[in-house]
Amino acid sequence: MFSEEKLNKVKEIIARYPEGKQKSALIPLLHLAQEEFGGWLSPETMDYVGSLLQITPIEVYEVATFYSMFNLKPVGKYLFEVCQTGPCMLNGSDQIIDYIKQKLKIGVGETTPDGLFTLKTVECLGACGYAPMMQLGKHFREHLTPEKVDAIIAECRSKANAN
Amino acid sequence: MQLLQNAGQKQTQTKEQVRRIINEYMGRKLLLDKAHIEGIRYYDTYRKNGGYEAAGKVFKTMSPDLVVEEVKKSGLRGRGGAGFPTGMKWSFLAKPEGVPRYLVCNADESEPGTFKDRYLMEFLPHLLIEGLLIASYALGSHSTYIYIRGEYAWIPDILEEAIAEAKQNGWLGKNIQGTGFDLEIYVQRGAGAYICGEETALIESLEGKRGNPRIKPPFPAVKGLWQCPTVVNNVETLAAVVPIINIGGEEYAKIGIGKSTGTKLISACGNIKKPGVYEIDMTISVEEFIYSDEYCGGIPKGKRLKACIPGGSSVPILPANLLLKTAKGETRMMTYESLNDGGFATGSMMGSGGFVVLDEDQCVVRNTYTLARFYHHESCGQCSPCREGTGWMKRVLHNIEYGKGKMSDIDLLWDIQRKIEGNTICPLGDAAAWPVAAAIRHFRDEFEWHVKNPNAAQQRNFGIAHYADPLPVAAAAV
Repeated sequence: MFSEEKLNKVKEIIARYPEGKQKSALIPLLHLAQEEFGGWLSPETMDYVGSLLQITPIEVYEVATFYSMFNLKPVGKYLFEVCQTGPCMLNGSDQIIDYIKQKLKIGVGETTPDGLFTLKTVECLGACGYAPMMQLGKHFREHLTPEKVDAIIAECRSKANAN
Repeated sequence: MQLLQNAGQKQTQTKEQVRRIINEYMGRKLLLDKAHIEGIRYYDTYRKNGGYEAAGKVFKTMSPDLVVEEVKKSGLRGRGGAGFPTGMKWSFLAKPEGVPRYLVCNADESEPGTFKDRYLMEFLPHLLIEGLLIASYALGSHSTYIYIRGEYAWIPDILEEAIAEAKQNGWLGKNIQGTGFDLEIYVQRGAGAYICGEETALIESLEGKRGNPRIKPPFPAVKGLWQCPTVVNNVETLAAVVPIINIGGEEYAKIGIGKSTGTKLISACGNIKKPGVYEIDMTISVEEFIYSDEYCGGIPKGKRLKACIPGGSSVPILPANLLLKTAKGETRMMTYESLNDGGFATGSMMGSGGFVVLDEDQCVVRNTYTLARFYHHESCGQCSPCREGTGWMKRVLHNIEYGKGKMSDIDLLWDIQRKIEGNTICPLGDAAAWPVAAAIRHFRDEFEWHVKNPNAAQQRNFGIAHYADPLPVAAAAV
C-alpha cells in the first residue's frame, strides 16, 4: 500500500489526463510502485496498481512485461545496467562488462549472494558520446574505466553499510 | 564548390548568392547559442537572455494560422529522423468542433548514436517549454505531453522545475499573458522501449498500453491520442520553432542548402577525439565535421577512419571513401540530400543525427551484431517478419562473429533483411534491415574473413584493418 503522500501523488498523476482516461497513468504508477516496493513488481504489487486505476490485472501485466525497465523478479539493492549497443561497444563496453563480472563474481542477470548487486546488460541508453556507461538508480555513470567501476562498487558498499 | 549544385531547389538564387549566404551563416547557432551561459537552465537567466520573446511576439502579433505559415516558410523538417516537413504536418491536423486536439513532444530518444534531445532538455529546458508553448498555441492544444524515455530518469525533474517556473511567470496555466489561451504541460516517463519513439506506439504507451504501433491510416493528425487529432513532434523540432519565430521563417530558410534548411544538432560518438552534441548549419562537409577542431576533432591515437554511420544506427553504414565523397566524386555534405546521394547503394541518410565513427581497428561484423541484437530486443513482436527476422539475423550474425559461420550465412542474412524491409506495420523492420544490408553491401569481405578465420574470429580479433577501398588521406589536410 502506498503512503498517504504517495497516494496524493497518484491523484495528481491521474489528474493529468481527461476524465475516464486514468489508464494513461499506468506506466507512471508502475514506476512509483517499483521505487516504493523494493525495486521490482510482484504480482501483488501489480494487482494493487490495477485496483488504483480500476483496470483489470491483465491490463497491468501486459504492460509490465512489455517494458524492459520493470523488473519482474527481485533485484539487488544496486542494479548495474550496462549498455552494450554499438557505440558503447566501440568504446570498450565488452571489457567493462567482463570486468564487473569478474569483480562481483556474477554473470549477467545474476545477483551477488549478499543481495547488494545485480548485473544487467541493456540496449542503448542515449549516452553514446560518453561511453562506456551504465545506469545506476536514477543517474548515468559515464566514461567508465575499471578504476571507476571499482570506485562505484566501493561507494555502493559504503552506502549499504551506513544504512 | 560542388555543394552549390545541390542547392538546385533554390531556383531563384545564383551561385554567388548561395555562397554569400553560406559565408554569412557559417557557424551560426540558433539552438545552442546560449547553452554556455551560466544558469540558462533557470527562468530568470533564460528570460534575461531573450527567452520567451518569441512566445511574447506570437501572443501579441500572430494568429495560430500565421504561426503555422511561418513554420511552413522556414522549411523546418522533423528532426526525429524521418525529416518530414513540420509545417505541413501541422497543417494536416484535423479540427473538428468540440473535440480536443493534442500536441505530444517525442522525447523518447533511443536511436543508438543519438543523444541530442537529452542535451537540449538537460541544459535548455526553457527553450523546449517555449517551443511547446508556441506550437500548442498554433495547434490549439490545451494539454500537451512530453513523453520522455524512462531511462532519462533525472530529466523529468529538470523539466518539471522549468514548467513550474514558467507557470509562476504567467507563461503556462490559465489565460496566458492575458490572451485567454490556456495550456498545461505534463511530463510522462516511458519505461524502456525503443519502439515508443514511433509516433503511434508512443501514443499507445501514453494511453497506458504496450507500445504496439497502430496501422495507418488513420494518421494521428486525425485520430491520435484518445482518438483525438494529435501532432507528435521531436524535441529538437519543437525547440527550433523558437528561433524560427524570432528571426522569421524566411530568414531561417536561408540557412543551409536546398531543402536542408536551418541548423541541425548532431550527436557525434564512436572513435573521435571530441564526442558530443554539435549544432551545424547544414553547409559543412562530412570531412570537415569529422576532422575540424570545431567539431569532432579527428580520430584518436592517429588511427584512420574506417567507416561511419551518419544518422543513427538505422541508417546505412558507409565506408570512408563513400562517406567523404559521393560515388560521383562530389564532396559529401552534412545535409539531408547529400547524405542521401546515391540512395542506399552508395549513400546513407541524415536520420536523427546520431553520428557514429568507426576507426580502423573496429570490426564491422561485431558492430552489426550488436545492432541486430538491439533491434531484436526492441521489436514489439506484433509483425512476424520483424519479430522472427530480427532474432534470426541476430543468431546468424552471432554465429559469424563467434567463428561458427558458413559462407552461405552471408547470403542468408541478405535474404532475411530483404524480406523484413517494407513488410511491417512500422519502420522498425526497415530500421533493423538497413544496417545489416549496408554492412554486407560495403564490407562483405570482412564477413567472409570471419567465416574463413573462425579461430581468429572467436578471439574477437579486431585487427582486421582492411577496407573495401583504400582510404583517401585527405583527412590530414583539414
